[in-house]
Amino acid sequence: MQVENITKTYGQKIALQDVSLSITKGSIYGLLGPNGAGKTSLIRIINQITYPDKGQVFLDGEPLQPNHIKDIGYMPEERGLYKSMKVGEQALYLAQLKGMSKVEAKKELTKWFEKFGIIDWWDKKIQELSKGMAQKVQFIVTVLHQPKLLIFDEPFSGFDPVNANLIKDEILKLRDKGSTIIFSTHRMESVEEMCDDIALINLSKKIIEGPLVEVKKQYRTFVYWVGVKTNRQNELKQALEIYKIKEATFKSLDNDWQFSVELGENSPSELLQTLLRFGEVTHFSEQIPTVNEIFIKAVSS
Amino acid sequence: MSVLNLIIKREFIAKVRNKSFIVMTFVSPLIFVGIAFLIGYLSNMRSEVKHIGVHDESGYFIDSFKNTSSYQYEDVSHITKSEIKDSLLSKRWEGVLYIPKLDNFKDFEKNVEYISEDSPSLGFVSQAERVLSDKLTKENWSAQGIDTLKIEAARIDVDLNLVKSSGEETVRGLNEIKIAIGSGFGYMIMMFIVIYGNMVMRSVIEEKTSRIIEIIISSVKPFHLMMGKIIGTTLAGLLQFAIWAIVGGILFFLAQSFFGLNTSSLQQANELTQQSPDSMAMIKMYIEEIKSLPLLSMLIYFIVYFIGGYFLYSSIYAAIGAAVDNETDTQQFMFPVIMPLMLAVYVGFFTVIHEPHGTIATAFSLIPFTSPIVMLMRIPFGVPAYQIILSIVLLLGTFVGMVWVASKIYRIGILSYGKKPSWKELLKWLKY
Repeated sequence: MQVENITKTYGQKIALQDVSLSITKGSIYGLLGPNGAGKTSLIRIINQITYPDKGQVFLDGEPLQPNHIKDIGYMPEERGLYKSMKVGEQALYLAQLKGMSKVEAKKELTKWFEKFGIIDWWDKKIQELSKGMAQKVQFIVTVLHQPKLLIFDEPFSGFDPVNANLIKDEILKLRDKGSTIIFSTHRMESVEEMCDDIALINLSKKIIEGPLVEVKKQYRTFVYWVGVKTNRQNELKQALEIYKIKEATFKSLDNDWQFSVELGENSPSELLQTLLRFGEVTHFSEQIPTVNEIFIKAVSS
Repeated sequence: MSVLNLIIKREFIAKVRNKSFIVMTFVSPLIFVGIAFLIGYLSNMRSEVKHIGVHDESGYFIDSFKNTSSYQYEDVSHITKSEIKDSLLSKRWEGVLYIPKLDNFKDFEKNVEYISEDSPSLGFVSQAERVLSDKLTKENWSAQGIDTLKIEAARIDVDLNLVKSSGEETVRGLNEIKIAIGSGFGYMIMMFIVIYGNMVMRSVIEEKTSRIIEIIISSVKPFHLMMGKIIGTTLAGLLQFAIWAIVGGILFFLAQSFFGLNTSSLQQANELTQQSPDSMAMIKMYIEEIKSLPLLSMLIYFIVYFIGGYFLYSSIYAAIGAAVDNETDTQQFMFPVIMPLMLAVYVGFFTVIHEPHGTIATAFSLIPFTSPIVMLMRIPFGVPAYQIILSIVLLLGTFVGMVWVASKIYRIGILSYGKKPSWKELLKWLKY
């Protein structure tokens, strides 16, 4: 999917300014950004709920058209179902709105309801279910019509860890079956865990985009965490004078000296060799920037 | 199945399954009939007998006041005026007519008094005045040597026969029926618009607050959702109306066969006629008159105006529902919606009844916001075809325009949360 030069304004307020994204088929794409950055506006444009002032969206190379609705599944952050409608009827209705036939929808729904162990809820009303239960129904409704593109806005909020895991596994399975998944969340650990690519939107502009690994490389600091067991600490300090060193603490089971080393242009194996001359190296790892750190750094700069 | 059909179906089923629909369909006619009977009973209820004293010093009127079921007259000429005032305080009489002794008949005009604690009813006053005037006039004639019998014999009373230009003879009282049916239909349209318009509005607000709106409009166009909602609710309304029409038709048929057949059996007819000759004849006459009205075409007009008026207003209601977050915020927008409806009903009740084809009635039956109600009230009186066509065309045109405006507001409104928009903002939304 391609998003090309999208601009959207509401009156005086600019929601999106010249935003372009390129989303690889069959990947999980993390759409990040602080509150009010324009993520929801972008998602609504992709869903054809609103239309951009400028720019275009392409799905499978075709400009977005009304008939693409059936290829897209959307789970909004503010979940909603008809409170006084029965679960089964409601799911059938929403599936039919997405273009499924009644028979087909019923077959697929039964499959999903059985998989999630909620077939007993078919005749219950949403208002009788707990929040987490309703979320499960919502998830099924979103993925039921096997869309090519799935958009999840905060998919895990409201789920307990067991159910969150269940949903995570289902999302990964859908990806493996070829669905493209756009994933908008503030839970950075799930971005680390699941996303192949990310984009960061701030103040209605895209500021970062790319494969997660590449983005991390951009924000690489070449700082290494080092733990050494040594009784010649002062000599070691002198030997490391060419590097910037800071005391650091990280989790370790040994009673070692912990510090961080900013490598700069130097090679890590050179550092390691120096370290080895002074004692036993218990920890040596690059301090990889987390998505969380990248997010904060990018947004605050 | 197209999405519009799906939405219509869902809305229809959601409305019809709702308990309030069932209650309204089956209980409200009962309540209506109950209230009608109650009002009829209360207004026909015999009030307690009022005792009126007549203190007649002139001696002309002792026999003039006849006792009725409501008023009993008593000669109190032997009691003095000051005593009368005391006895009035003791509530022996409701009031006392005090007629002094005067030589000149003309002097009676200003000198008869009615003394009472409470103000008498207008009916009683004019009744008493008529009795006094008639009696005095006759006495005056005799006194002046005019032959009273000749005058009575020369008196001529005219009863107008009401004939339509089409030639058929109409029965007296038909206008009452026309007014009743016209007002009934007009009033019913207003009630439907208010009740079902509110339903549309509430259902929009419900979708907005439950946030399902975002899921739905990621599948369908907001315009389809709005129209589906309006049409689905209309169908529910029409179903309700159909149930009422069928039940009403059956009741009418039953009433007709009850009164019609029973009178054909001689004995019962005699009995009934003896009991209440007037009311029996009245009921038969009314049934005949209702049958003589163009009921079918009126029903068709009712449906046309109902759909037009209802669509017009419910698209406004839908837009209001979309613009706000909860029902309490709707107040500021409701008044301009209710106002033309109220105006239409008042114009109907006060103008159409007196002058069904006057300028005001005609104008309001063409203005789309009032035409569904006012025109329906006029139709039983016979409206030229070109006026009906013009008013329907205007109504449909406005309806299309209004739906366009409403769908613009709706499209923006359903996704805006947290603030109560002003009229100015709503206008701005039209430009998005």
